[in-house]
Amino acid sequence: MTKILTRAGLAILAALIGVYLILPVLIVVPMSFSDSSFLSFPPGQMSLRWFHNILDDPIWIDSALASLKVALASSICAVVLGVLAALALVRGHIPFRNTITAILLAPLIVPYVIIGLAAYIAFLQLGLTQTTLGFVLVHTCLAVPYVVINVVAGLVSVDRRLEMAAMSLGAGPVTTFFKVTLPLILPSVLAGGLFAFFISWDEVVTAIFLSGPDLTTLPVQMWSGIRVQIDPTVAALSTLVLLVIFGSFIVLGLTRLIRQLARRRVTGPATNTGA
Amino acid sequence: MTAALETTSTQTSTGAPISINAVSKKYGDNTVLESVDLDIRAGEFLTLLGASGSGKSTLLNIIAGFTRPTAGTVKVDGRDITSLPPHKRGFGMVFQHYALFPHMSVADNVAFPLKRQKVAKAEIQQRVAETLELVELGHLGGRRPSELSGGQQQRVALARAIVFRPRVLLMDEPLGALDKLLREQLQLEIRRLHQEMGITFVFVTHDQDEALTMSDRIALLRNGRIVQLGTPEQLYAEPNCRYSAEFVGASNIFTGTVQGRSFIDDVSGQSYRLGEAADQSGRSLLVRPEHLNIAPADVPVPDTVEQVEAIVEDCIYLGSSRTVQLRTDAGQRLVARTNVPRTPDGVVSGARVHAYWDVRDACVLD
Repeated sequence: MTKILTRAGLAILAALIGVYLILPVLIVVPMSFSDSSFLSFPPGQMSLRWFHNILDDPIWIDSALASLKVALASSICAVVLGVLAALALVRGHIPFRNTITAILLAPLIVPYVIIGLAAYIAFLQLGLTQTTLGFVLVHTCLAVPYVVINVVAGLVSVDRRLEMAAMSLGAGPVTTFFKVTLPLILPSVLAGGLFAFFISWDEVVTAIFLSGPDLTTLPVQMWSGIRVQIDPTVAALSTLVLLVIFGSFIVLGLTRLIRQLARRRVTGPATNTGA
Repeated sequence: MTAALETTSTQTSTGAPISINAVSKKYGDNTVLESVDLDIRAGEFLTLLGASGSGKSTLLNIIAGFTRPTAGTVKVDGRDITSLPPHKRGFGMVFQHYALFPHMSVADNVAFPLKRQKVAKAEIQQRVAETLELVELGHLGGRRPSELSGGQQQRVALARAIVFRPRVLLMDEPLGALDKLLREQLQLEIRRLHQEMGITFVFVTHDQDEALTMSDRIALLRNGRIVQLGTPEQLYAEPNCRYSAEFVGASNIFTGTVQGRSFIDDVSGQSYRLGEAADQSGRSLLVRPEHLNIAPADVPVPDTVEQVEAIVEDCIYLGSSRTVQLRTDAGQRLVARTNVPRTPDGVVSGARVHAYWDVRDACVLD
């Protein structure tokens, strides 16, 4: 009886924490459908006018495309660099391993304001502010730790003897990586890549330093938008951004489910007939 | 991918001889192998036997190419391969925990080395099917490794290691994770494979029974050195040191000194005669349990034997034999093994007995 109560209590607690985490985010959704000209909650009349507003103003579309480009490029760079770093940290015989790990993870600890300021000063001289390359360089740096953490965790759980077996069977180091190691750490690589994408996609602080008339990412555009005007266009945009994020998680979940179902059908139920 | 792989593509693969010369391995101040010399003959089944930390796995990894020796050379067919990376050596290898690729089917696992050699598709299919048949798993090619039992997985690992017809097969405690019955069955199967294939097998184990069952020759390692190298018979019947005697088979060892034709026991002060062939120096006298006979205290023993008085502590029935545990009056524990029908009456726990052996069956060791 007490067991059931404990379980029910835990379930309620978990639900409350979930609501606490998600509710502030979801509040923008009804606001974005409001007819009112000001951000207001609860919304009065329902309307889609703010969504029309986004489509009519090229500034939103341009900054969204810029953000997408930066996020894709920096997540690809972060995945390549992060996987290589994780391989060296877990499989390599390198000196000062802990120091190198600390340096790789530093962007997690150093305040973004400082990174943004430093990048701004350096990039001004190099002419990299307001360029896609500049954004990609900084966002890659911010995203690498997330890839490293995920892939290191994945690699540690892969038995080294699998790689030794592949080598004993005639596979060189590169073939071993692509045929054995990579397929086994793919879930961690994808998770790291997803993190990297969203780090860049919703990054504001360093982006404010790097943005300007030539190139502005969506979060920066939203931030300056809400300072200038307080109509619900930004809420509508937030709703769209949320849709992208939740949508990609749902797609990821569905592909996993489909893959599992497909595998079950191919091999049939697992049976052990003994040796 | 030179000589090693080319030879594997010919139909008749024969074993390659491996020559290990003065191989040492140090990790900092820790010496794992100390100047090991070992000539493995072409086509033989050689077992590296030793306790954990003896260096047997390190030696195997040096042969496989995963570990570089600190000093010394490894030669195959007279060719120095010490610095050749593992994927260019062309040796098959079987690991303790199978090391099957979990993301591939059984058939894809076995096809892996053939794909690396760029063998034609049709031939891959045929050879995979043949090899799976050889290990009696022909019907399970489509399964994932995780859907097989431990014994089946180890057979797949075996098939994968021999499908590309290597001239050397290395095995690192391949049966360690299996239960006893399965282990004994696979021991015989691996022996059969060895006889059919005629290639060189190097097998690592800490299990002396396994080593005795399977090997042509055994190299017993201790603290990074080879203590004794010989056939199973030699290791059991003619151990060259006390460690060897204690590691291989059960043993009764008296500690003492040799004086003339006698051995004086340090503990009891008793004197035992020695056989003609016995070594004249050494501080240990070895009597194997099957050479230790037991007679009730009131039955006289023949003149040609040596004996100690003892009390039976326990008498264990093992089906075909009986193990009798004894304690001498001086407090030393002894073990005797007798055939069940030949166990004399009166040998029960607590009984006083003579434990005796023929002087020719005892040998003196270091």
